[in-house]
Amino acid sequence: MAETAFRMEARGVSKIFGTHRALDKVDFGLLAGEVHALLGENGAGKSTLIKILTGAYQPDGGEVLVDGEPVHLDSPLHAQSFGIGTVYQEVNLLPNRSVAENLFLGHQPTRFGLVDRKRMNRDARVLLKRYGLEIDPSSELGSHSVAVQQIVAIARAVQLSGKVLILDEPTASLDRDEVQRLFEVVASLKRDGLAIVFITHFLDQVFALADRVTILRNGKLVDTRRLSELTRTDLVRKMLGKDIAFSGSTSLEAQRPVTDVLLEFKGYGRKRSVRPFTLTIHKGEVIGVAGLLGSGRTEMARVMFGIDPSDEGSVALNGKPISIRAATDAIAHGFGFCPEDRKADGIFGDLSVRENIVIALQGKLGWFRALNRDEQLDLAGQFGESMDIRAASLDMPVKLLSGGNQQKVILARWLATDPAFLILDEPTRGIDVGAHAEIVRTINRLRDDGMALVVISSEIDEVVAYSSRVVVMRDREMVAELRGEDISPAVIVQAIATHGEPTPEETAA
Amino acid sequence: MNRSMRPLLATVAIFLVAYAAAVFQFPGLLSTRVLGNFLTDNAFLGITAVGMTFVIISGGIDLSVGAVIGFTGVLVAVLISSFGLHPLVAFAIALAVAALFGAAMGLAIHYLEVPAFIVTLAGMFLARGGASVITQDSVPINHEFYSTISSLYFRLPGGGRLSFVGLLMIAVFVFGAVVAHRTRFGSYVYALGGNTTSASLMGVPVARTTVQIYMLSSMLACLAGIVFSLYTSAGYPLAAVGVELDAIGAVVIGGTLLTGGYGFVFGTFVGVMLLGLVQTYIIFDGTLSSWWTKIVIGILLFLFIVLQRLVFAASARGDRSSETA
Repeated sequence: MAETAFRMEARGVSKIFGTHRALDKVDFGLLAGEVHALLGENGAGKSTLIKILTGAYQPDGGEVLVDGEPVHLDSPLHAQSFGIGTVYQEVNLLPNRSVAENLFLGHQPTRFGLVDRKRMNRDARVLLKRYGLEIDPSSELGSHSVAVQQIVAIARAVQLSGKVLILDEPTASLDRDEVQRLFEVVASLKRDGLAIVFITHFLDQVFALADRVTILRNGKLVDTRRLSELTRTDLVRKMLGKDIAFSGSTSLEAQRPVTDVLLEFKGYGRKRSVRPFTLTIHKGEVIGVAGLLGSGRTEMARVMFGIDPSDEGSVALNGKPISIRAATDAIAHGFGFCPEDRKADGIFGDLSVRENIVIALQGKLGWFRALNRDEQLDLAGQFGESMDIRAASLDMPVKLLSGGNQQKVILARWLATDPAFLILDEPTRGIDVGAHAEIVRTINRLRDDGMALVVISSEIDEVVAYSSRVVVMRDREMVAELRGEDISPAVIVQAIATHGEPTPEETAA
Repeated sequence: MNRSMRPLLATVAIFLVAYAAAVFQFPGLLSTRVLGNFLTDNAFLGITAVGMTFVIISGGIDLSVGAVIGFTGVLVAVLISSFGLHPLVAFAIALAVAALFGAAMGLAIHYLEVPAFIVTLAGMFLARGGASVITQDSVPINHEFYSTISSLYFRLPGGGRLSFVGLLMIAVFVFGAVVAHRTRFGSYVYALGGNTTSASLMGVPVARTTVQIYMLSSMLACLAGIVFSLYTSAGYPLAAVGVELDAIGAVVIGGTLLTGGYGFVFGTFVGVMLLGLVQTYIIFDGTLSSWWTKIVIGILLFLFIVLQRLVFAASARGDRSSETA
């Protein structure tokens, strides 16, 4: 390929945050007239790379070139002057101003020093027509749908930059028709010779739109390929990493005694969040949830725990129907939930380890039965020891602990409430190897003690290791339920990648 | 633009209805004499409120304007009476001081990321304290320039007088409306009130615009101080206490959203006139305590805030996008 004519290129760029290498010598080349998808799971370094390309971050190593010339991009505004425009997932425009003003703000046509509104509206109308939008340019931007706002944002970016367009998850909040409309716009811009970077979690959209794809994992470049050379399975395998050991199978004996049913979700779902799913959970069972980021894994957990209450279906606990309208209902029924974003949703950073451990139990007991300090210390000490939490003192603020120890604190918090059912969302993300093993050991121990767990993880090997059943999510829908011998990385990857029929079980057989 | 028009139209309608009702009771209210005095008596409030409109549209607040009026009055009076400067020179000095003062507040708000409420509260104490340090007493201004200007007026048909300060206020409103709605600076002010992050990503010079907004507000407050000194022929450090709140009231009643992003300079004009009408009515009535003005203003303010919430809540419901993972 004659890839010397890159419109924009990143050569060996690195970015380091503290001790963490967010990007490690990544090469990325963008051709004129192509749509280039950038893929990777959370923490893969996608957004860091994008921020370097748009000038929001400066690389710690390597260089960025535009049309073959090395450039130093100070800010998104500075990048704009090199012809690089960005459209973000959250529309970054002004909903309180007119469509025309959003298109031209800072560049409004003027006459005698005053803004020439007539001309601005006329120009806007002409410009919008090219994008197939027949809307009144003087109408307020906020009165239009997100899709229209997104197209206005693209029109502004192209208008002002015109060489490179970076679309950072532009479809995340659009429905199917709106996505289609956006794709038409992107396709026509591609024909005009624009170089387009496209970031999304939806593989269907990648295959529908992109010419080439670059895959990142853990800050490293995995591959850049023409999409026509790749199958979906290849792609998912590359995203999820390594070359998955395709021999691995569940470590559990296939025939486990069937235990009592604990929970039954029937047609349980929530609009715009997760499609209705039916799932039976037995005592002493670990259900692994696999799927790519954005596939509805976390949404499923949130609906189960009542953070986003379901609007469809029913749930029964020990055969009796219950209603979970809020997290407090779930807790009252003996549920526990360790969220994905530990720092934002899990720990109380400034509170002590002790307070962090007792808080869920105290919440369950209510106001009038305050645990006194001795009881708190007792509990915290007991769980701190059994979970092997390494803290200098139980009274130190939990934010000073390492990620792995914080995760153990949150686990201890729920274990203190003696839950019957525990949901863990990415319990091993971003923690060191030792703590990782500790958490996996704890999961196994809890299962053997008869607790029911749902564990969401991107680490397929890990899911395989501890799950008695695996549920696969795709496009906000539960698409497969694997058991026994089917619990192997190969089948799971297949299920994640498969588009529509045939069912993953059949293809794997 | 349409939905932000609604509170403005409501203000205009309320003003017309209130004025008609007042005229029905006191036909004397419908004379150019009363209307002329309306403009003269409220000139300093109107000029201050124009600056406040910009500040509030940008999503900020300026609590220092009343104190700046007091400070300007004292400064101008002392410069003329004690230092013997010509009033025009004194005005220029006062405006320069106010410009620096506003710029300093704008810089603090932007670079120190301190809420405008706190910065301008500090500014209020500074200006009021500064005025009292210059003098504790009322300083009379006896200069022929003052008497000339104060007696300048156009005779209106029907015996009313359109005074110089009344005209000045109208000029400031026209200037404000043009700047707000027809210049890039004006669009930047609305942009800041809409979403500061978006504005900066779209290339709005946020720092410069913030500084300019508070400079504009302080300089207009200074101009209002000059007008106030013309009106009273004196400078007094405790003059115009609480005017910042009247100005905020007039701006909000005029249909500007207190959270920023929406509003009209013309609306503020109607707001000031509505406040003036309430005051005039109570004077005409004669039996009501002047504190009733405050009660009516309070009720009006409350009404408008509720109205704005309803208008904006109703139209925002449709276009809220779903949350995403």
